[in-house]
Amino acid sequence: MKVLKAMKMNRCIGCLSCMITCASVNQQDHSILKSAIRIKTSGGLTGKFIAIVCQACQGDVPCAEVCPTGALVRRQAGGVLLDKENCIGCQRCVAACTVDAISFDLETKKPIVCKHCGVCVRYCPHGCLELTEGEQYVI
Amino acid sequence: MLYENVITVLYIDLATGKIEIRRRTDLTEFLGGVGVASKLLEETMRPELPPLAPEQPIVLAIGAISGIYPLITKTVAMFISPLTGELGESYAGGRLALTLSMAGYDAIVIRGQAPRPSYISINGGNIEIKDARAIWGMDSDIVGQFIRDHEIGSGKRSILRIGPAGENKVKFASVCVDTYRHFGRLGLGAVMGSKNLKAMVVTGDKTTKIQDPKDYFRVYRSIFKSVTETDLMSKYHDLGTSINVEVINELGALPTKNLMENRFEAADQISGEAFVKNNLVRKMACTGCPVGCIHIGQFRRVFDEGYDYESVSVAYDYELIYALGSLLGISKTDEILQLIEAVEKTGLDAISTGVSLAWATEGLLKGIVTEAETLLPLAFGDTKHYYQAIIYLGNCENDFYRTLGEGTRSAGVKYGGEEFALQVAGNEIPGYHTGYGNLVGLTVGARHSHLCNAGYAVDQSIKAFDEDKAVEALFQEELERGILNSLVICLFARKMYNRETVLKALKAVGYALTDDDLTTIGQKIFATKLRIKEKLRFDPRQVKLPKRFFETASMQGKLNSLVVERMIRKYVEKCSTLLTESKM
Repeated sequence: MKVLKAMKMNRCIGCLSCMITCASVNQQDHSILKSAIRIKTSGGLTGKFIAIVCQACQGDVPCAEVCPTGALVRRQAGGVLLDKENCIGCQRCVAACTVDAISFDLETKKPIVCKHCGVCVRYCPHGCLELTEGEQYVI
Repeated sequence: MLYENVITVLYIDLATGKIEIRRRTDLTEFLGGVGVASKLLEETMRPELPPLAPEQPIVLAIGAISGIYPLITKTVAMFISPLTGELGESYAGGRLALTLSMAGYDAIVIRGQAPRPSYISINGGNIEIKDARAIWGMDSDIVGQFIRDHEIGSGKRSILRIGPAGENKVKFASVCVDTYRHFGRLGLGAVMGSKNLKAMVVTGDKTTKIQDPKDYFRVYRSIFKSVTETDLMSKYHDLGTSINVEVINELGALPTKNLMENRFEAADQISGEAFVKNNLVRKMACTGCPVGCIHIGQFRRVFDEGYDYESVSVAYDYELIYALGSLLGISKTDEILQLIEAVEKTGLDAISTGVSLAWATEGLLKGIVTEAETLLPLAFGDTKHYYQAIIYLGNCENDFYRTLGEGTRSAGVKYGGEEFALQVAGNEIPGYHTGYGNLVGLTVGARHSHLCNAGYAVDQSIKAFDEDKAVEALFQEELERGILNSLVICLFARKMYNRETVLKALKAVGYALTDDDLTTIGQKIFATKLRIKEKLRFDPRQVKLPKRFFETASMQGKLNSLVVERMIRKYVEKCSTLLTESKM
């Protein structure tokens, strides 16, 4: 089992193909607002691109800890999976995530949580994202 | 609008503040983009009034499948060009197409003059006309920063703005889109300025459920793969369009020193490779484009004693290197970037600026204008004075710069030197002196751009020149590009988005069109544009081409004006036939 890491964001060209494909494949929606990965820029010609995405926390997983119904199930490699049946849409997980990686879908009333499927990795044209085993952090 | 058989048009009247949203089913025969924009322009323009009259419209439009496939990233703007006095059409990338679709609009029509400097804020259905008095007069990059901080929607919004040149209604003022893209040509910046409209910010949170996810993603994937796994697009990403500097120079088609020459002795010093070596610091993409053709170059500048330096970044491309490089005899990449920076700050179109200054330089050499008028001893290769001249141009510093800001054609009429004013029908020329295809193409092209019908490519592709074949190729290309521009596909992807791919992409999201339908759409768009040009009293046979085009040899050798005239007449005949058929 692997986890998504946005390790080489210095390579990012800001095309948002990751967001377009994540929203399409995981939420069947054309809008990038439905993507579990978000690319942020501070604007201008020199503003860096940052990927806001699940950091695949292991052990202590803040979003799962605050979930009152156990709808966020820990993944073995890190991160969580959302059990939609059990989710009551309380949004506590949204607030608990330190890196703001969980957004709330106002239409479905459920959080949008990265499941580390790797579709964004396959559609990143510039090699910014990777699916990796475990913890290693390469710059 | 995706999955809905309707075109949603937002009408904004800046004079009265009235906002109206109309869902128009009558416009759905087009795919959006230039088709819808042409129709809206035809409906709302006032041919009897000058181009900068408050009543004249600015039309923006996206296409049926904007933002959901790779490289369908552009927005078209249509207006009456203050530079040429007739059809104005310009394209910009960035985030605008995606944000318009997220805001829920296929097109926007802006009319009237705001009573005070204003900017438009569009957040989905919430549209406001806001106070821009404090940002009036600001450079276009600084305005962008203020609006970024002041408005919501970071990361998923688009910001259009003009600089001082637009406010001063310089006829070739541009509109900056998201810092590194522009509605550059034909003076949309002046039209915004004439409306007291400094900027526009667009955001929205519309979502759209995919109706057939499997089919859609299959097509998305196949297009994505052909973009990233074949060499169709690699030249745009690698060196970028600046790869053409040496190519065009080799062909003897690179306008140099106001086209007194067709080759630049220092072309290798301002080539794509030279920019990579000296300045390239980053590449970027429009939203939804995995290619990333935007090349950012950086230079260092000392601004005070005591080792006070700043670093400046600007985007560069072939046309800018031609207009602010070879055409002005500038042989250093750093210096070209400095001039690009001046053009960005003031909010001018780079091509028109370079051409107008090249004319002024030759005019000074020939004694047609004096230094009392130019205020500067403009000379080919002298970047320092060109930098200052660009600022003067943007600020309409004196009568001379005000006249130059009316366009190179106007300046030639007033001061003399029309024979070396490098413009066609009022629009300053792009960087291809390839021959008949280019010159005729610029004259007959709806917006007098090399992008209308790619005459420069026609010249390069026809081995043994044949004027009938060239005219036919130009005509067919203009028709074909109407289809691409109705979807507002980036023209860099024109080979990839052949008709088969276009039809597949449309079908996967519910547009069941045939090849014949595309042909019909192309013809209708062309006919609409021809009607608009007729109403604005344009006749390509009346265009007076400057002698310089016939004096300096092109790639095909010296051009004969009689051949050009004959080709233009033949093209006009084809247009007449198309117009007659479209009325039947």
